This record gives sequence, structure tokens and C-alpha cells, in this order.
Amino acid sequence: MSLHKLTAHELSDKLKSKDISCVELINDVYNRIDSVESKIDAFNCLTKEAAIKKAKELDNKGFSGGLSGIPIAIKDNICTEGTKTTCSSKILENFVPPYNATVVELLQSEGMIPIGKTNLDEFAMGSSTENSAFKTTKNPWDIQRVPGGSSGGSAAAVAADEAPLALGSDTGGSIRQPASFCGVVGLKPTYGRVSRYGLVAFASSLDQIGPLTKDVTDAALLMNVIAKYDRRDSTSADVATPDYRKALIKDVKGLKIAVPKELMGEGIEENTKKAILEALKIYEKMGATFKEISLPSLKFALATYYIIAPAEASSNLSRYDGVHYGHRSDKQNDLMDMYLNTRKEGFGPEVKRRIIIGTYALSSGYYDAYYLKAQKVRTLIKQDFDNTFKDFDVVMSPTCPSPAFKVGEKVSDPLSMYLSDIATIPINLAGIPAISIPCGFDNDLPVGLQIMGKAFDEETLFRVAFSYEQETRWDKRKPAL
Amino acid sequence: MNFETVIGLETHAQLQTESKMFCSCPTKFGNDPNSNICPVCTGQPGSLPVINEKAIRLAVKTALALNCKINNESVFARKNYFYPDLPKDYQISQFEMPLAEHGYLEIEVGGQIRKIGITRVHLEEDAGKLVHKGSAGIKGADYSLVDLNRTGTPLMEIVSEPDIRTPEEARIFMEELAHILRYLEVCDAKLEEGSMRCDANISIRETGETKLGVKTELKNMNSFKAVQKALEKEETRQKEVVSEGGKIFQQTLLYDEATSSVHPMRSKEGSHDYRYFPDPDLLPLYVDEKTIEEVRSSAGELPMDKFKRFLSQYGIPGQDITVLIESRHTADFFEETAKISGEPKLSANWIIGDVSAYLNANDLSLKDSKLSAAALSELITLVKNSTVSGNSAKKILGEMMKTGKKAKELVEAMGATQISDEAALVEIAKKVVAANPQSVEAYKNGKEAAIKHLIGQAMKETKGRANPQVIEGLIKKELC
Repeated sequence: MSLHKLTAHELSDKLKSKDISCVELINDVYNRIDSVESKIDAFNCLTKEAAIKKAKELDNKGFSGGLSGIPIAIKDNICTEGTKTTCSSKILENFVPPYNATVVELLQSEGMIPIGKTNLDEFAMGSSTENSAFKTTKNPWDIQRVPGGSSGGSAAAVAADEAPLALGSDTGGSIRQPASFCGVVGLKPTYGRVSRYGLVAFASSLDQIGPLTKDVTDAALLMNVIAKYDRRDSTSADVATPDYRKALIKDVKGLKIAVPKELMGEGIEENTKKAILEALKIYEKMGATFKEISLPSLKFALATYYIIAPAEASSNLSRYDGVHYGHRSDKQNDLMDMYLNTRKEGFGPEVKRRIIIGTYALSSGYYDAYYLKAQKVRTLIKQDFDNTFKDFDVVMSPTCPSPAFKVGEKVSDPLSMYLSDIATIPINLAGIPAISIPCGFDNDLPVGLQIMGKAFDEETLFRVAFSYEQETRWDKRKPAL
Repeated sequence: MNFETVIGLETHAQLQTESKMFCSCPTKFGNDPNSNICPVCTGQPGSLPVINEKAIRLAVKTALALNCKINNESVFARKNYFYPDLPKDYQISQFEMPLAEHGYLEIEVGGQIRKIGITRVHLEEDAGKLVHKGSAGIKGADYSLVDLNRTGTPLMEIVSEPDIRTPEEARIFMEELAHILRYLEVCDAKLEEGSMRCDANISIRETGETKLGVKTELKNMNSFKAVQKALEKEETRQKEVVSEGGKIFQQTLLYDEATSSVHPMRSKEGSHDYRYFPDPDLLPLYVDEKTIEEVRSSAGELPMDKFKRFLSQYGIPGQDITVLIESRHTADFFEETAKISGEPKLSANWIIGDVSAYLNANDLSLKDSKLSAAALSELITLVKNSTVSGNSAKKILGEMMKTGKKAKELVEAMGATQISDEAALVEIAKKVVAANPQSVEAYKNGKEAAIKHLIGQAMKETKGRANPQVIEGLIKKELC
């Protein structure tokens, strides 16, 4: 049986009804990985032994339902006790965390089975996984192309049926952009919805962990596991988590959709735009209405992001200094030497670029002009969305300006790389939730529809996404590998 | 030229919390290196800080005692700099929006009350400890070891306005501040042990000038005396430099206690830009009015107010009150003893005298001793109604403090009850007079003091249990 092709909720039913054993499932998943991983390069490490041990335990114990017994891939910037967490960086190449991230604890208590750690752009900085210090993950739809980033390993693993589910992290689009490129579902939850404790920080005020899945139902189920208030994360919100499965209703009658023209104009490829317009027509057919609006602050989003994110990163990444853990240079005549050489050898060019930008933006004399100003613009962007949600239920846009680009295409042009996140970045700045779902193909490459909602209203996103998915079933199309 | 000295003090006080500022590790000292640590205080990737509410309450309590305005919203910021004792390579502190501001502390200098402004009170985390092999500092060391037990210990920074005018005032300010911190049970305030640390900024200017002169910063003053000494040295140096037509340069100076002199600190590489910005891992801290009121009422009466009240209520000397209000526990203990025994003066004398002596000799605090106010009151009453002599009472007190036994119990067990019965003592009086003809002779020749020797002998005979007044009367009768 090709179990690896199934969704998590399908597998869960089979486990519960004892159609299959968990060991069978795990073996099938690793067989799939064995056969396609050499083409995809989604994983930094696999934890087969522990996974099989856990599967045996569960087979003996029985399954409580939910996602008990379901394998999951974890982005390699989420701490796993006893298993390397590298952030795809040389500086943490051999780092084994002494503790589990809160989300990993939650997966474990649900009875889920981590199968391995997935590749990413170093410290989640990038849009293609090409900034990984170890390897570039390939897009399962066309292995000449990138899977997107930074959660490219997670998205590719799900798209290639190497894992039914994966966790990613999203700072400026790092879940949604690769989900779009790989034709899977990716959700960035509301800031504060999922605990960041144990997520290696890139930009603390923007980072959020979320699911990458084969369909909307799986995303809702995984959110049921990971969305929980956590006292260990002071930015975690103490709000009740609903049962997201209950939001999975095909009904968008009377739904009011806003479409910001700033995300449908210049820089967006024609075929992408076409796919989005078709999706909007389907919503219209199902009883929703849509209207073009203007969110003028969006044009400052990219500039704002590239002040705030690097500023926070420059401070968050200070700790990789060779003193307490991680890489330490052999060239260390004195303390300063050790610091300089450790960081010179340990960080890749994109990480260095952002540390330098961030350090500059926070420097005395520049702070007001850059960081403080950026925070003010951030408030404006948030207000623009808040106002929009007074009149509309959701906002829609393409997730990315174009389908997946070729490996190497944008490596030497960081600005054009940054532009591929133009539609996803404002959402992190506003702190609101957004989901990317497949909405068609451009020359056999998936196109993603981004649906944005009110803070802490993931339920509406699930309902709206589920309705479209049921109508179109783009999720059923698989890459030929 | 006449100079005026301008001094401002920056004090760091370690808060007496059970756990660290941003994690639940214990703040205990003296454990093995790197034993009180966790992912948070060692700055592991992905770990996040959570504010210690007890620390906030202690800081609010202090700020209220220093007459500060508590900011309902304050912000923790990151102070970025690289050093091996700082695992995150930034310190979480407060910068633009501190917990409290605009306060003052009144101190008494030469009989005058001086009001010293408090600029701000804020919270931050302490760094770890480095141990260098083969050198005093990290430069030139063969290797250095890092102990992170202290990392993340809550520190409260109290910054004064440049209102202090003499090194003596600076010392008195520090002493009074330390007193308040101890009294509030916020910090044990030991400069010698580093639980309280002080940096001083000092400058001079021509009398009448309102602009501040160029300041120097003094560090490494490990006692109250050292604060005054170091500032005196630097004050003298600055005056000499300026008198000779020289200029003062901004620099950091270290005080050397052994030679009682100040030396410039080796300059760090370049000047620091700490790149402060609000810590995105922590939301702004809200302290609402309800919490402030709760803390205010739990803080109770402040030392200065207590001093005034004791003076009028109990009529005991000011010097004695200063000792009694050294800690809140001692002050409460005194008041309870005074109330039960009805003898404030005797209560004060016992606490300041024999109780303190016992505590000092045994390196104990009153809190840790087994003495209760009720027990001490009982002893005071026993002495007052002449059941025991003063001398016996001292011995009994020692035993009480050691064992926690009651005074009456001990008196009986030790057979220390005072003998006041004339019938029981008359034989003793006769015996003493008969055995000491020389003293009897002297007394009869008008040497009044000779009777002291006879009383002493009688006490010896009764192992101190004779009532001195009764035995004196009996001896005098014999001598007639």
C-alpha cells in the first residue's frame, strides 16, 4: 500500500480502525524517503530508529485519534532534545539542544512521530533554501527549481510524500512561500498563537511556527495540537484555542473578500494573476463577493521588514560566539580573534549581510531614522489591515509574484530574491494569520492563493480555504517524481 | 579658586528572590560552578525569558520607599555587547522606559537633612563569573573558565541625581540606601560581598557655576568607607589638576583599597555602542495601581518614619533607635517585647546589649535565633520582680537563644532563682563578715567601698543567687 500518498487524517482513520499498523506506516514513509530523497534533499537528518521505536510503542498501546501515530517532519530550527538542530548553519552544525521546543513537547504528548529535521535557508533567512550551509532542496514539481524558503525542506518533504505533515516557521513568508511553490497548504498563525519557545529566533517579533500539509483538514488538525498558550513564551497569547476541525465547513455565502491592488499589480506575473482571478470567480460562484481595495502602506512593507527583521536578528544571533556552544574557530589568539574567526567561519553570506544591516540600523545616531521609523510604519500597516477587516471578512492575494524560480536564478541578486516575499511580509508585520493553498498551475508549476484574516481568527481562514479546496481539489494533483 | 564638588551614584543591588530574573533557576550562591543553570539563563538557541514577578514587586517596594513615581508601563531593552560572561551577548535591562523615576532620598548630614534626587530605578539581569588562569584578566590568561550560576540574577539599578556635594555625603547616602534595602528585605546590601555595588561619577566646578564639569567614573569601591575614600582622592586630584591649569578628561578609574588610591582603568577597545532596543521577546511590563497599592501597604512604615515614632512613643535615645530599626524584623521584635513586658527601655537595652552580643558572637541574625519576643519579655519580667539576678539572667538568655527553652524553665533547672529570703541569707552574711576581718576593719574606718568586697564574697557563696540589696542590708546589720 502506498501509505505515503495519503493525508494525515486518512492515515489517522486507518490507524484507528487497525487497517494498518504504525510500524507499517513508518516503514512506508522511510521507504519513500529512500527512493526520492536523493533527488529532493529535503532532510538534514532522519531519526528512523527513534521513530520505529515510538511506532512499536503506539501499536501496543493503541491510538487515541487526533494525530496520534502520524509521522511529522520538523524544520531544523526547532529544538529537539538529543537530536541535532543546525538551522542549516555551520555555526550550529553539531549543536544538540538540551531541551525540546514547546511544539515538540506538544507533538510528543499527542503521540506524533518526528521522522527527521528538514533543510532551510540558514537561520531561516532566505526564500529558496539556497542559503543552507549544507545543501539546496529541490522542488518536487521540477527539480531544476527551488522549493521556496526558508521552510523549503518541510514544504518539499510534504509535496514529495516524504512526510504527511511538517512544521515550518514563518518570519516574512517562510511557510507560505514554499507552500505556494510546492503546491501544499501552509499556515502562518496569528503572532502569539503558537509558542516560540524552542524555535531558534531569527526575528522575535515576526517569527511564528505553523503547519505545512497536504490539505486544509490536516492543517486544522495540526493546529489543534500546536496552538496552545505557553507560559514560557511571554509573547504567547492567553486566548482559548477552538477546535479547528469544527471550522471545516464548505460555506462562503455572503463572505466579503478584499483584494489589495498593491498585491495584484506591478511585479506580479500575468499567469499568477490569472490564477488568482479565477479563484476569486470560484468564490463568487459559491456565494462570496470580492472587491479591489487599496492598502497604501503596503508599498513600505518590504523596506520596513528589512529594517526590523535584521535589527532583531543582529541581536538574536550575537550568542553564536564560540564561547558556550556551537562552532568555535581554531584560530583564536585572543578573545576578539576567537569571536571574529568563529563568526566569519560559521555564518554564510546572507546571514552576515543581515547582521550588518541590523547592526547598522540599531547603531546610535541611526536608531531613530531606521528602527523607530520602521516601527511606526509597522503600526500603520497593522492599522490598514484592522480597518480593512471592519468591512471585509478576509483579504486575498497571490502568495508569491511568480511560481518557483530556477536554482541559481536569484542567488546573486538578493533584492530580487527579497521581492518574492512582497505579498507575505506585510502579514508578519501586522501579526495576523494567513494561509496559502494551491489554486492552479502555471506551466505545471503550482500557484498559491494567500488568504489573510483577523488576528486569532484562524477559523475563518480554515473555513474559507476548505470551501475552495472542496470545490477545486487542486490538492489531489501530485508531482511526477 | 573655590570649587564645588558634584557627585552622582549608580547602585546595583542584588534582589533577594528565590529564582532568577527571567527563569526559575535558584539564585543560591556557593554551589558548584554551572549547577544553577537552564536553557534560558545559558542563552540556548530558542530559549525565551519570562519576567520574575517577585523581582518586580521588590523593585516597586524600593522605588516607593525612594519616593519614586512608578511607571505603569515600562519596557525591557537589550543592551548589546560581546563578553564571555554574557551568554546571549546582550543583557536584558531597562533603558528608555524604566520601572520608576523622579524620586528622592533624605539623608542626615551634620544634623541637616539633605534631599538627594533619585533619577530612576530599574531592573536588569546580572552576568556570569569568569575565572582566569595565569592572569588577573582575560588578557594574557592561559585560559578562562565561565561560571553561569550568577547569570540572570535579578539586579536593581538605582541612579541618583548629581545632588551629592561631598564624599562624606556620598558615603552617608550609600549607608542610608543600604539600610532601606535591608529594612525592606529587598537586598542584604553587603558592599564587601558584592550583593550591592556602587559606581560614582564625580566632577568639580567653580562655586556658583551651574554647568556640570567633566566627570570621571569611579569603580571598585567595596565598602562604605571606600566610597568616601575613593571620592576624596579623586576630588583632591581633580582640584589639583584644575588649579594647575590642567583639564579633566572623562575616564573610568579603579579604586585600590590596599594603597587607597585611584588608577585609570585600562581603556576598552573603542567606545561602546550598546545598540539598545526594546526586547521583542518581552511585552511591555504593566504594573497597575492595584499592585502598587498592594506593595505599598505591605511595605509598611519606612525607617525614617519609624525613627520619629519610636522617639516620641518610647522615649528611648536616638542612637538606640538607629540600632533597633536596622532591620524590620528587629524593630518589630522590639515593639512586641516592649508591649508584652511593658518595659520599652529595658527591652531596648536587652536587644541592643546582650541579645546582639550573642548574635554577633555566634554569627546569627535575630530571625535565625530561637528567641521569641514573648520569651525575652518573660526574662525581663523575672529580672524586674527580682526572681533572677541580672547576672543570672545574662546566662539564662544565652541558653534560651541556644535551645529555645523558656526562661522560667531554665531558671528552675539551673537553680538560678534569686534568694531574697532574709532567713536564708543571714547565715551567709555572718560567715562572710567573720571570714574577712580586713574588709570589716576598713569599712569601720570609713572606707565605704570595702562592703563591695563583702557582698562579692556573699555572692560567691550563693553562686550569684543572693539578692544583692537584701545581702547588703544583712551585712550592714552585722557590721553595726
